[in-house]
Amino acid sequence: MSLEVEASHRIGAFTIDAAFTSDGSVTALFGRSGSGKTSLINIIAGLLRPDVGRIVLDGDVIADSRKQIFTPIHRRRFGYVFQEARLFPHLSVRRNLAYGRWFAGSQKSASEFGRIVEMLGIGHLLDRRPSTLSGGERQRVAVGRALLASPRLLLMDEPLAALDEARKAEILPYLERLRDETRIPIVYVSHSVAEVARLAERVIVIENGRVKASGDAAVILSQPAAVHAMDWREAGALLEGVVESHDSAHNLTAVRAGQCLVRVPQLFVPPGHSVRLHIAARDVMLATVRPEGISALNVFEGTVIDLSPDEKGSIDVRLQCGGNVILARITALSRDALQLAPGKSVHAIIKTVALDH
Amino acid sequence: MDWMALSDAEWTAVRLSLRVATVAMLGSLPLALLAAMVLARGRFWGKSILNGLVHMPLVLPPVVTGFVLLLLFGRRGPIGAFLAENFGIVFSFRWTGAALACAVMGFPLMVRSIRLSIEAVDRKLEDAAATLGAGPAWVFLTVTLPLILPGIIAGMILSFAKAMGEFGATITFVSNIPGETQTLSSAIYTFTQVPGGDAGALRLAVISVFISMGALMLSEVFAAFAAKRSVAA
Repeated sequence: MSLEVEASHRIGAFTIDAAFTSDGSVTALFGRSGSGKTSLINIIAGLLRPDVGRIVLDGDVIADSRKQIFTPIHRRRFGYVFQEARLFPHLSVRRNLAYGRWFAGSQKSASEFGRIVEMLGIGHLLDRRPSTLSGGERQRVAVGRALLASPRLLLMDEPLAALDEARKAEILPYLERLRDETRIPIVYVSHSVAEVARLAERVIVIENGRVKASGDAAVILSQPAAVHAMDWREAGALLEGVVESHDSAHNLTAVRAGQCLVRVPQLFVPPGHSVRLHIAARDVMLATVRPEGISALNVFEGTVIDLSPDEKGSIDVRLQCGGNVILARITALSRDALQLAPGKSVHAIIKTVALDH
Repeated sequence: MDWMALSDAEWTAVRLSLRVATVAMLGSLPLALLAAMVLARGRFWGKSILNGLVHMPLVLPPVVTGFVLLLLFGRRGPIGAFLAENFGIVFSFRWTGAALACAVMGFPLMVRSIRLSIEAVDRKLEDAAATLGAGPAWVFLTVTLPLILPGIIAGMILSFAKAMGEFGATITFVSNIPGETQTLSSAIYTFTQVPGGDAGALRLAVISVFISMGALMLSEVFAAFAAKRSVAA
C-alpha cells in the first residue's frame, strides 16, 4: 500500500501544514497531545475538510482540493476506530458489528464475521448492549465493527488512551494480531512510545501541526526529533530483533538485536519471530569498566555517539552498541565524573525486569 | 349507571375528537420533524424568525390563531381557495379544519420536544456511522431517528393531548357543528350553555379524563421502552 497525505488547514490560531507518504503496514502519527495528530487523521477520514489538501491511497485520488475532488466520508471505505468506542447504544453488539458490513455490500461471508469475532475474542458479547460492556470490550467491538466494513485503510485515533494499563495490555495483543493477520494498512495515532514501538513500521513525528521527522520506526524513535515529541519519562530507543530462544525455567526470552543478545521477560511468540523492544533511557545505566557481580542480565559494550545538553540536571547519551543505538539518561554529575565524551567506550547496563511491557 | 350511558350524539363527539386528535398528531409529525431538524442543526439567516413563527400558536390567544386560519384557509382565503380548487380539499366548517386547527396548536409543543432530543444526540455517533459507509439519509434513519425516538413519542403525545383539549382555535375556525366539527370540548361547552345539560357535560368530562390519562400512561410505556433501548454507551 502507499498513502500520500498533504494538508494545510487553519483552526483558529492553530495551523496544520503537513505532508507525508508511507508504505508501511502500520504508520504511526506520533506526537504530544495538541500537536494536530487527531486533526490530521480526521482530514484523512474526511471528517475534516482541509483548506488545501490531497490524499492518495494506492494511486487512487481520494481528495484533492486543487482539482475539486472530495470523496464523501461514507464512500471512502476508511475504517475508523475512535478514542471512545462510539458504539451505537440502541443496537446490540452483534448489530453494531454488522452495521458497516451491510453498507459494504456484504460480499464477506459469515466465516469472515466468525473469524474477526474470534480474533478479537468478543464471541461471548454478541447479544449484549454496548452500555453493559467494559471499556476494553467496547474498544474491541469498535475494532471489529470497523474491520467488518471491509475498509481499504484502518484509521485508529489513540484507541487505547481512554483505558487503564490493564485494559491496554489486554488489547495490544489483539492489535498485533490485527496487524499480522489482516492485510489492511493502518494509520495509528498515539502519543505513547510503547504503543508506537510495539505496533508501527513507519513513524511520522508531528509537532505543532508540522511533520518533524518520518521514516522507519526503529530509526525515527531514536532520533532527537522524536525524543523531543515523547513524554520526557518515556524517551528511549527502539531495538529491532529476532526471538532466538526461550528459557521457560526462568520465564525469560533471548532476543538477538544486532550483536547484542537481550534477555527480556518471556514473550509468547515462536523463535524466529521479529520483535521490537523499547528501552527507556532512564532504565539504562552506564559504566566505564565492565561491572562484576551485578544482577542486571544485559550488559553491552558500546561507544558514545553524542550527548544531549543538560536539562534539569540530566542528559541523554546516545550509544552505538553492536549495531544498535541505545539511549541512556544519566545525571550531568555522572557525565563529568565518568568524563563521557563522543567516542569513549562504555558499558550499558539494562535490567531485564525494566523491559516488561 | 344509567346516567353514564352516552347518547348517539355524545358518542359522535367522542369519536370525532379521537379522529381529529389522531389526524392532527400524525399529519403534523413529518413537518414537525423537519422543523425540529432545521432549528436544531441548521445555520441560516432568519432562523430566529422561523423559531418565532413555530412558537406563535403557543403565545397567541387561540381565538387569534383560529381567526388567522379562517383568513388563510377559509373558502376565500388564499391557501384555502387554492387547495379547494386544485385538490378538492376543504377545511372550513369540516372536521379536517378542526384537525388543522389542532395540528397548528400542537405544533410548537411537538417541535420543541423533538428539537431537544435532536440536540441531545451525540453527533460523534453519526460520524462513526458515516465512516462505516452510511450516507446521510441512512445515518438519519439508522442512528439519529432511533436515538430521538423518545422525544418524538413525547412530542406526539403532547400534540395529541393538546388536540383533545383544543377549543378556542377550533370553534373560531370551524364553528361547533354536531357530527362535523363538534369535538368533545365543544360538546361539553354546548351542554353547559343549555339548562339541564350538567349531566351530559359531566359524562363527557369523565370520558375526557379517561382518554387523557390513557394517553399519558401509554406515552410513559413507550418512553420507558425507547429509553431502555438507547441507554448511552
